[in-house]
Amino acid sequence: MDPRKLRLGFLLATAAMALAFLLPPAPGAQPLSARPYVWEMSTAACLSCLLAAWRADLAAAIIGLPAAVLAAAASLLLLDDRMVAGAAGPGFWLIVIAAWLSAGLCVATLASLRQLRRKAQRAIDFLVPLLFGATVFYLWEVGVRGLGVPPVLLPAPSAAAARFASSLPTLGTDFVQTFVRGVLIGYAIGCGAGLLVAILAHRYQFLSRGLVPLGNFFAALPLVGIAPIMVMWFGFDWPSKAAVVVLVTFFPMLVNAIAGLSAAGDIERDLMRSYGASHRQSLTKLHLPAALPFIFNALKINATLALIGAIVAEFFGTPTQGIGFRISTEAGRMAIDMVWAEIALAALAGMAFYGLVALAERATTFWHPSYRT
Amino acid sequence: MTSSAETSSSFARPHRAPASRARDLLVERYAPLVTMVLAIVAIWYIAAVAMNWTLVRDAYEREETPYTISDVLAGTMDAERPLLPAPHQLAAAVYDSVFGYPPLAPRSLVYHALVTLSATLLGFLIGSLFGIALALMIVHSRVLERSLLPWIICSQMVPVLALAPIFIVMLGALGLHGLLPKSIISAYLCFFPVTIGMVKGFTSPDPLQIELMRTWSATPRQVLWKLRWPAAVPYLFASLKVAISISLVGAIVAELPTGAEAGIGARLLAGSYYGQTIQIWSALVVAAVLASGLIAVTALVEGGVLRRMGAH
Amino acid sequence: MVTDPVTERLVVDARDISLIFETADGKVEALSNVSLQVSPGEFVSFIGPSGCGKTTMLRVIADLQQPTSGTLSVNGMSAENARLARSYGYVFQAPALFPWRTIEKNLKLPLEVMGYSETEQRQRAEHYLALVNLKGFERKFPWQLSGGMQQRVSIARALSFDPALLLMDEPFGALDEIVRDHLNEQLLQLWKSTGKTVLFVTHSIPEAVFLSTRIVVMSPRPGRIIDVIDCDFPTGRSLEIRETPEFLKVAQRVRNGLRAGHSYDE
Repeated sequence: MDPRKLRLGFLLATAAMALAFLLPPAPGAQPLSARPYVWEMSTAACLSCLLAAWRADLAAAIIGLPAAVLAAAASLLLLDDRMVAGAAGPGFWLIVIAAWLSAGLCVATLASLRQLRRKAQRAIDFLVPLLFGATVFYLWEVGVRGLGVPPVLLPAPSAAAARFASSLPTLGTDFVQTFVRGVLIGYAIGCGAGLLVAILAHRYQFLSRGLVPLGNFFAALPLVGIAPIMVMWFGFDWPSKAAVVVLVTFFPMLVNAIAGLSAAGDIERDLMRSYGASHRQSLTKLHLPAALPFIFNALKINATLALIGAIVAEFFGTPTQGIGFRISTEAGRMAIDMVWAEIALAALAGMAFYGLVALAERATTFWHPSYRT
Repeated sequence: MTSSAETSSSFARPHRAPASRARDLLVERYAPLVTMVLAIVAIWYIAAVAMNWTLVRDAYEREETPYTISDVLAGTMDAERPLLPAPHQLAAAVYDSVFGYPPLAPRSLVYHALVTLSATLLGFLIGSLFGIALALMIVHSRVLERSLLPWIICSQMVPVLALAPIFIVMLGALGLHGLLPKSIISAYLCFFPVTIGMVKGFTSPDPLQIELMRTWSATPRQVLWKLRWPAAVPYLFASLKVAISISLVGAIVAELPTGAEAGIGARLLAGSYYGQTIQIWSALVVAAVLASGLIAVTALVEGGVLRRMGAH
Repeated sequence: MVTDPVTERLVVDARDISLIFETADGKVEALSNVSLQVSPGEFVSFIGPSGCGKTTMLRVIADLQQPTSGTLSVNGMSAENARLARSYGYVFQAPALFPWRTIEKNLKLPLEVMGYSETEQRQRAEHYLALVNLKGFERKFPWQLSGGMQQRVSIARALSFDPALLLMDEPFGALDEIVRDHLNEQLLQLWKSTGKTVLFVTHSIPEAVFLSTRIVVMSPRPGRIIDVIDCDFPTGRSLEIRETPEFLKVAQRVRNGLRAGHSYDE
């Protein structure tokens, strides 16, 4: 990153911190000098920004990170003061701006590093989005609390996290209902059935020529709408949600598996033919392994679709538990922090599920060219 | 002369006269699909009879009227709240709801379809434009690529549709009702696939081609318009097709939490509350028609654009 | 099918093989009345430009394509029965190794299909890998080997189940000349030590003259045999003979044959 821009940025951050000492954090609140920990932190942050501005190189970015953390901590401590929370003034916002600038400059510098060794590169690839995300969460927190946004509209991440921690039993039952019963069972049946039908279609060309257009057609439909019908057929409880998940995951798996089973090259096919291999031998030794990348592509897509399907299906009616159920009822009750806690649960479950499938993919399709570039 | 599916070459067909070959090709292509559709309809009929049987028979028992097997059979095709409506029954109901009322009457499915469609299209437009803009920014800024893109990819693993109720409540608290919040939800849902797809598309040109443009001292803007955009067109349409179907789903789901009164989602919800099976099925059919229609239109546009760009 | 003693001794007996197929532009005669007899232990090369039918002929012998007319017997049986009896090993233009299998597992692939026991599989894989000088690469994956090495594995794989006949379709076409020369020498040694019958398709004149006991010159439109040339260079030949006058005479004859078949015309 351009050293002049770095210097300018950190100088601005320093100026902002310095000004913050002069202005009150909120109308009528005590100035910074009268607050014990906040004063130390703000001074340290200000000096670090100054040092970074002077260095204006890679080291500056690394100094900028603790500066950002200190400023952020100072601002968060300030929010504990009831005079500041909800009515924050220019002094407060200047500290936030300094923190944001320092973090942003650090991220920008790290992101523009090139030609690093593999391990350093991997560390950067992990650190940069993490810092970016942390900054966004920080801004969300101070924004909501500083501006006094009504929690009904948008709760602070800390409030949602607190609600998450305190509602673990409820979240646990919801998770089991939606994920373990609805998603996992439906996912297993849907993907398994899709794969089996694809294998059949591979055997009988006639079937595949009919199924592929049908599969594409059904995969594009809003299949979650079938949820009320499933409730009528299977009752309110989790079987109807699992049924929706089965339908939603069947077609992407069918289409991808059919494509994968015919992905083997002409030469490889001729090779098996020259060995006098039976259809079954060709299937197990050539077509199925060659289809694995496609199958895993579908498994990953379906991981997300299954979770969405189960949750949306619960919007249509479910007994007293489930992620979707909780979201819609708590939303109706305006308990938005509980809704966000459930969403966090769903997000974590979704990412963990997807991550597991991706790991399995890595282990079984390590040979695919896409891993070697 | 056996030519199994395993043989790779297309050479092993015996010599045939040209005229019959064209017809053979047509049959070969469409016969499986037609057969499969007919098979599905047949299975549908059998399933309808099987599933509605107890329902109809119990109704007869309750009224204590004498009945025959054929009465029950006829009844399964005509039940008022069937578990599975027969194909012709459903077709009649859809026809009724679509053509039986003036298009803007609240009982007409056309009206509800239009309501959902408007939210879908508006959301699709906003989401796609935003997605393309975001992709452009990511492709041209290394910082954004490193910091933002991983989050966008992560967000694909999160059940975004679950956020719909929150959005509706939030926007409702801000005083926004009706079309706008639904469009915002649809837009939010469809900008992710468009962004990811377009980033792939904009970075798809061969590095050799980019270097070639560098030897001509092309500005980034010229590289964008002359190389990246044309290369990204197939990716654009692929993600637009995904985006439009997801936008439709979003619009439908957005109608659920607040108990909206108009729209396909609202009809689905109302049908499930009041046990009006046929209403639910008709709404689903219309949703399916909408989805396939939208994708077909996108595919048509794609075909036209690609043809003009020289594809065959 | 009635087999007389003469036919039984031939590895390949093809008479009047024709293959005609339809394209959008009309009929194409890929093969037109091609006849060929191959005795055991020969090394027969097919040479010609693209479209002359040399690959098609090889594929017909391998029962990977069916002719529209003519008779064919491979090892005394119909082509299909020969295939089902695993009478030949086929080496393609690309190595066609399965990327998800190690080199050793790739070698065992035909043996698994044909039902050999575990111990036999291991023994054969070890033996034939050593034969192509790739001992020590058992646990590697195909992409970790160079193109030339992969092709050697492919040849070892084709030999692993001891077929009488080896069919090779431009196996060294994708490799650079230096590697090619090296592999040509190795192939000759292999042929000498195993005594197989080899049918070899190439579009390189020096390669054909160097390797073969007999050269079949083909030309396109329609695909047919123009000339059959006997090469009787000593079997212990090395690359140096490529500069000898006898070699150049044969090469010239091949070139004349190609010219006569209008192979150099557009």
